[in-house]
Amino acid sequence: MFPNFPIWPVRAAVSASNLDALFIFLLLVTGTVTIMIFILVTVFALRYRHDLVDKATPILGSTALETTWSLVPFGIFLIFFVWGAVLYFQERTPPRNAMEIYVVAKQWMWKLQHVDGQREINELHVPVDRDVKLIMTSQDVIHSFFVPAFRLKQDVLPGRYTTLWFHAIRPGTYHLFCAEYCGTQHSGMIGSIVVMNPVDYEAWLSGGGGEGSLASTGQKLFQQLGCGSCHRSDTQGRGPNLVGVFGKPVLLEDGRTVTADENYVRESILNPGAKIAAGFKNIMPSFQGVVNEEQLLSLVAYIKSLQGSQPSGLVSNRPAVPNAPAQSKAK
Amino acid sequence: MSDSSEALATHELRHHFENMEQQSGASSMGMWVFLVTEIMFFGGMFMAYLAYRYEYFVAWQEGSQHMDFWIGTVNTAVLICSSLTMVLAVLAIQQGRRRLTSIMLSVTICFAIAFLVLKGIEYHGHWLAHEFPGSSFHFAGIDPRHVEMFFVLYFVMTGFHALHVLIGIGLVSTILYMNQRGHFSTDYHNPVENVGLYWHFVDLVWIYLYPLLYLIGHHHAG
Amino acid sequence: MASATTTITAERENYLNASYGFRSWLLTTDHKRIALLYLISITFFFFIGGFFALLIRLELLTPQGDLVQADTYNKLFSMHGQVMIFFFLIPAVPAVLGNFLVPMMIGAKDLAFPRINLLSWYLFIIGGGLMLYTILVGGVDTGWTFYVPLSTAFLGTHVVLAAVSIFIAGFSSILTGLNFIVTIHRMRAPGMTWGRMPLFLWSNYATAIIQVLGTPVLAISLSLVGLERMFHLGVFNPQLGGDPLLFQHLFWFYSHPAVYIMILPGMGVVSEIIPCFSRKRVFGYEFVALASIGIAVLGFLVWAHHMFVAGMSVYAGMIFSFFSYLVAIPSAIKVFNWTATMYKGKIYYSTPMLYAMGFIGLFTMGGMTGLFLASLGVDVHVTDTYFVVAHFHYIMVGGMVMAYLAGMHFWWPKITGRMYPEAWGKLAAMTIFIGFNLTFFPQFILGWTGMPRRYHAYPPEFQVLNVLSTAGSTVLAVGYLLPMVYFLWALRYGKEAGDNPWGAAGLEWKTASPPPTYNFEETPVVTWEAYNYDELPKEVPVVG
Repeated sequence: MFPNFPIWPVRAAVSASNLDALFIFLLLVTGTVTIMIFILVTVFALRYRHDLVDKATPILGSTALETTWSLVPFGIFLIFFVWGAVLYFQERTPPRNAMEIYVVAKQWMWKLQHVDGQREINELHVPVDRDVKLIMTSQDVIHSFFVPAFRLKQDVLPGRYTTLWFHAIRPGTYHLFCAEYCGTQHSGMIGSIVVMNPVDYEAWLSGGGGEGSLASTGQKLFQQLGCGSCHRSDTQGRGPNLVGVFGKPVLLEDGRTVTADENYVRESILNPGAKIAAGFKNIMPSFQGVVNEEQLLSLVAYIKSLQGSQPSGLVSNRPAVPNAPAQSKAK
Repeated sequence: MSDSSEALATHELRHHFENMEQQSGASSMGMWVFLVTEIMFFGGMFMAYLAYRYEYFVAWQEGSQHMDFWIGTVNTAVLICSSLTMVLAVLAIQQGRRRLTSIMLSVTICFAIAFLVLKGIEYHGHWLAHEFPGSSFHFAGIDPRHVEMFFVLYFVMTGFHALHVLIGIGLVSTILYMNQRGHFSTDYHNPVENVGLYWHFVDLVWIYLYPLLYLIGHHHAG
Repeated sequence: MASATTTITAERENYLNASYGFRSWLLTTDHKRIALLYLISITFFFFIGGFFALLIRLELLTPQGDLVQADTYNKLFSMHGQVMIFFFLIPAVPAVLGNFLVPMMIGAKDLAFPRINLLSWYLFIIGGGLMLYTILVGGVDTGWTFYVPLSTAFLGTHVVLAAVSIFIAGFSSILTGLNFIVTIHRMRAPGMTWGRMPLFLWSNYATAIIQVLGTPVLAISLSLVGLERMFHLGVFNPQLGGDPLLFQHLFWFYSHPAVYIMILPGMGVVSEIIPCFSRKRVFGYEFVALASIGIAVLGFLVWAHHMFVAGMSVYAGMIFSFFSYLVAIPSAIKVFNWTATMYKGKIYYSTPMLYAMGFIGLFTMGGMTGLFLASLGVDVHVTDTYFVVAHFHYIMVGGMVMAYLAGMHFWWPKITGRMYPEAWGKLAAMTIFIGFNLTFFPQFILGWTGMPRRYHAYPPEFQVLNVLSTAGSTVLAVGYLLPMVYFLWALRYGKEAGDNPWGAAGLEWKTASPPPTYNFEETPVVTWEAYNYDELPKEVPVVG
């Protein structure tokens, strides 16, 4: 509204429109109740002022009234709860064909990595009208990726990946804030999300990153570190074959089944002994200290790309392998 | 005996209470409420233990293998015996048998000291085996990172427990001293009961710690 | 009922003049003297925390971080939070008004454990002293929330010192709670059944339960943070195999119920004041009493609503959102009951009543915004922004501090035997109300439009609202200074109060002002219900 005095954040994504509807509903209901209480207190204070009333009328209570003003609010709260929960579930469930962008947060900047190889610092260029999924981790402390124009926020943790997805609807430049206190320059850890219409985005993309795609960077690293000597693409390797493994359930030596998602891959590189695949021995060395977060992301991208016939970046939704117990837990 | 015992009891009545019954009731209740806070304090540690066990139970099995089973078991027996002697001390003073009370309290203290000594030997053994978390930690088996976490919880939980045993020794010693000075009798021995409550609680915490640390996943060699 | 009716305090022996000298105060076991010791201590910390707040607001006048350096600013908001929460809000009503009134309201001579009460105060002083020392040697910048791994592995400030000071203060809080629980269970006068207890006691009882059950978990959380930091252990640090979310769960398991420790006693104060200045019994006494217990119990089930975006599972989020809505219901019940109490009452606009009415309004606003935060989708947007800051300040300051001031004005005559100057009281109340709203209402808008919290510098479009907020804070500061001045003035020049200037119900008003050391000449025998205003004078004596 007023550029120097905003009272409503701009709406730049589907999630923003969805949320604003709930927010306005909350405002109306709570505003009405609040005004009602203010009016009642004021009216009672004025109408029953001590010099207007001879003696107070003792009223012990009313169970009917108590029940009513317990159940009616509870009913209204249920609406707030369900509506908010549905939005939350949608926001936390990225759609299947979302384009992926990797984010590494560190004190005190945002490093963004496109799968095609472009790297950005504190600025993220995305196309309008596409589902975009961010896969994020931190190099040091907890940060939080906050875009008010999208009404979205997700803490970014060291030691694991968290995700945030959005569908921008309006080209423009929007604030990116770090929203979890992270030390000295917490308030300096800000940037922009640049939403571009398709033509401009293509132009920007073709500016390109000089190093090739993220997955190809990962492939180079994979070879450099000698991973292929055990993780062969046949059954002869001392380590599991990684082709097509991403996104599928994995049976572990101890009988559990887990999904091979980003967190699983990352953990297996840094701490292989934590989850040993069934039928294999605990002989993989740890690469803790050998690879940094960005290199880990490139390896994850590479392993994702080993999907066989599936295009790269997809999370597979194939059924469980035979003999695996019914439910797995994703980290 | 009964007259002087009652006189003693009246002498111990604090001015803000109406009568001894109210005072004893209040002080016992106070000890119970305090023990609830202790449950919550240890509870936080148990929650951390359970959370990590769920995440890393292979490491937990591994870590438990490296516990000193025999010291742990002997210590369990020692603490249970100390609870027995504590109960006997309370029984004794309820019957007005002051000398027996002092003996039982002393034996309780001896058992408690034995517990701490054995614990010290155990800790020392872990230290020598590079199982003390921190820069000296070294573990050759699987998932050393999370086995170290097991040891962190082991030392934190048994460490806070040992601190409470130490405090208990102080409390029992105080009661012993007071008994020797003739403060307690059939009619007045509420502090002995309350210290007994504390002592049983400390024992109870150990009875939960022992299986969680020493027995899960533990199998004897051969 | 025997009670002294002479009103010249200098002649009659009371708890203030029963003995003189430092030792008689520093080694006292009289709950009333201990209450005053706490009063002085927490007032001191309130002004320290308030001073930090003023510096924060001054910095935020401009978008750039130009008043203090970033690290200094981070220390300011961290220590503002730590001091205000642990050294002012948590002890305020229980340790000052609760200590003074709980034994009197149940007709007892003292709390169950007077020496432990004194120990509580000394622990508070030691903890507070350590916190002061921490401030003087450079302070901490962890935020009051100590999140890991920031606080254990990435900061060079005195984290362990601050954690120890809070640990010790927590122990003080636990002992106060323990004392209140045993006292209320065991030392009620004959005839004072649970159903005849004033609601102030129900509130403090519920608070005591939370103190006893919750604070130890804070103790272990801070201990683990301290151990991790000192010995480089990996309890929570993911670099060393730990889980940072485990810390958040343990921390919030206490820190959420802690906010109920902070507000419940204030609600108890309001429950005493509204009936008195409406001259009628509280509407729905049983419901208000049970609502206090309900808040205490449900308050333990909602902690992870502080973690909706922390990386928890979606289903955990849903469970905690649902329970967060449940816990709002007993609070709503109380607000409705207080309002209904005023219906067909005989209302007096005394200073305590002005504060109490202000409490109803501001607590309602704070509570309503809590409904926003409990909704998962909304929380994703507004958490970690100034919306949350505004929400909790509406409850803590608009609610709790106003309730505290309400209680101080209401019971000042009982505590000191003198009245405060009523006109100044009303002036301060209105100044505080206006200053408060001007300070914190803009912050809702700031948060909704996206300004994150704990920001030293901010984008320029947020400046107008920040300037408004700072302007309000100066008005608020003046409002807080006024009672300091006139209460002290009243100690010497205030009008003699008499036993019961307000014509209030409650055992504390049936004895002299100030009370004798043992509270009552004889142990009262209670044969009447609480808030028996239909049997008491229909008017407030001191007004008219």
